[in-house]
Amino acid sequence: MIDSLRKHVSPGWVLVAPFLMLVVVLYLGPILNILWLSLTDPEPGLQNYQKLYTNDTLLRIIWTTFRICLITTIISVAFGYSIAYAMVHAHKKRQKLMLTLLLVSFWISILVRTFSWLMLLGHNGLLNNALETLNIISEPVAFVRNELGVLIGMVHYMVPYAVLPLLVNMQTLDTRVMSASRNLGATGSQTFFRIYLPLTKPGIVAACLLVFILSLGFYVTPAILGGGKVLMVAEYISVQLLVTLKWGTAAMLAALMLFGVLALLYIMSKFMKLSTVFGGSTS
Amino acid sequence: MKQSMLAMFNRTGAWVLLFFLVLPALISIPVSLTPKRFLSMPKGELSLRHFEKLFTSPEWLSSFAQSAIIASSTALLATILGTLCAIGLWRVSSKYSELVRAFLLLPLIIPQIISAMAFYRLWIPLGLLDSYPGLIIAHTILASPMVLITVSASLANFDPKLEQASKNLGASNWATMRRVILPSIRPGVFAGALFAFILSWDEIVVTLFISKFNVYTLPRRMWNGIRENTDPTVAAAAVVLIAITVIAFGVSTVLSRRRAQTQND
Repeated sequence: MIDSLRKHVSPGWVLVAPFLMLVVVLYLGPILNILWLSLTDPEPGLQNYQKLYTNDTLLRIIWTTFRICLITTIISVAFGYSIAYAMVHAHKKRQKLMLTLLLVSFWISILVRTFSWLMLLGHNGLLNNALETLNIISEPVAFVRNELGVLIGMVHYMVPYAVLPLLVNMQTLDTRVMSASRNLGATGSQTFFRIYLPLTKPGIVAACLLVFILSLGFYVTPAILGGGKVLMVAEYISVQLLVTLKWGTAAMLAALMLFGVLALLYIMSKFMKLSTVFGGSTS
Repeated sequence: MKQSMLAMFNRTGAWVLLFFLVLPALISIPVSLTPKRFLSMPKGELSLRHFEKLFTSPEWLSSFAQSAIIASSTALLATILGTLCAIGLWRVSSKYSELVRAFLLLPLIIPQIISAMAFYRLWIPLGLLDSYPGLIIAHTILASPMVLITVSASLANFDPKLEQASKNLGASNWATMRRVILPSIRPGVFAGALFAFILSWDEIVVTLFISKFNVYTLPRRMWNGIRENTDPTVAAAAVVLIAITVIAFGVSTVLSRRRAQTQND
């Protein structure tokens, strides 16, 4: 019996088993439990999902989250495209320096970065003080505790994530195509908009999806730079669980977020090998 | 020559953006040197009092120690689990193993707030809330996929014929693993361990849910400090964190350079 099992099952699975078991029992298990809760807490039925139609607060939070994620994605990918393009076309040495700057910012703790923005943009922050000293403004401008602050913090965090898939995509392009276009008499901008940009479409789509996915569940920056004024889904979930103890509503929102993320991942896998995106950050 | 104008414009823009990514974080350096008791830029006079407070306060020191214990344990466990798993999947390499690989990367991709909910939900009945094992297991599940990625990348460059040769020469599975496979993927294993350490060292969302009084990690203490938003000791802590980041980055650069070298050999 064991012998026949050995013939059919590769011995490699023995090495996979410990981590696989850990994830299935201690991670997948409670996630399925949460999905189940969204249908059964406080009582069985779809009432948690019906709240999406009836509860204005919930709708507003979901809309805020969607809007902020969308704007973050557009700005981050535009910035990321500019950086990736400059990196691919820079000399080797410059390229290395650019990559170092990018990775250092990637590595600095999210808390440190959010805290820095608070010190820079806060009511008594560096920027407001400087503007007041220069007599440009008479009263402090509200940069944080509103959507602007959340957007600045989120874009700042997401740009490196946008650069990586774009870089992978741009590095694999065949540069002869662009030379051919120039030789056939196209101007530089024609070549860029009609040849280069369409060729980098898979990278753009992958970058957009990656940034959007990461933004959806973002917790730290909105909580600190939003200062309680900008309520997004992740923070709302934490309030529901830790303050008002309403598992049902929180579970429903988590289920929506989870299916949203999985659907986007599926679309993303059609455009790019996911491993190159997630492996890209490590090399 | 419109293209080169545009390209030059873009190049300048890209540099500005890159500095926009790095420079804001450095504001904590001058703020940490302020002689005042509240968050402010120092004017003229500099003082190290906030660093002194950071390194003499029992609360901050205990948070540093707790984070170090949790992050090292996480790195150790995640490296063992992730490396074994990567070697196993590489051995199997079939349609199913790719599916399993994608599944095992999920803890890295699923929003952390959902992971936090999941651990919170299960840790209550298991009695793991607010304990070292609770945090270490949760962080290990989140960090092992990192190791899986880096070790898999190393394995992709490993020639399977070497394994075959070792076996043909009479080495056991275990000897082949220890003397042939592990030495050639060592840079990937080290890089994975480093990433796992950093992930746990920085982790705040899951930690906020599953820790309370007993376990109070460094990010947790910073989180509270930031929310109160007055004490410059937080700025001093931020400077220490940046310094650690830069050192870790240096180490990982050396490692990846060594990895590139072993590939060229």
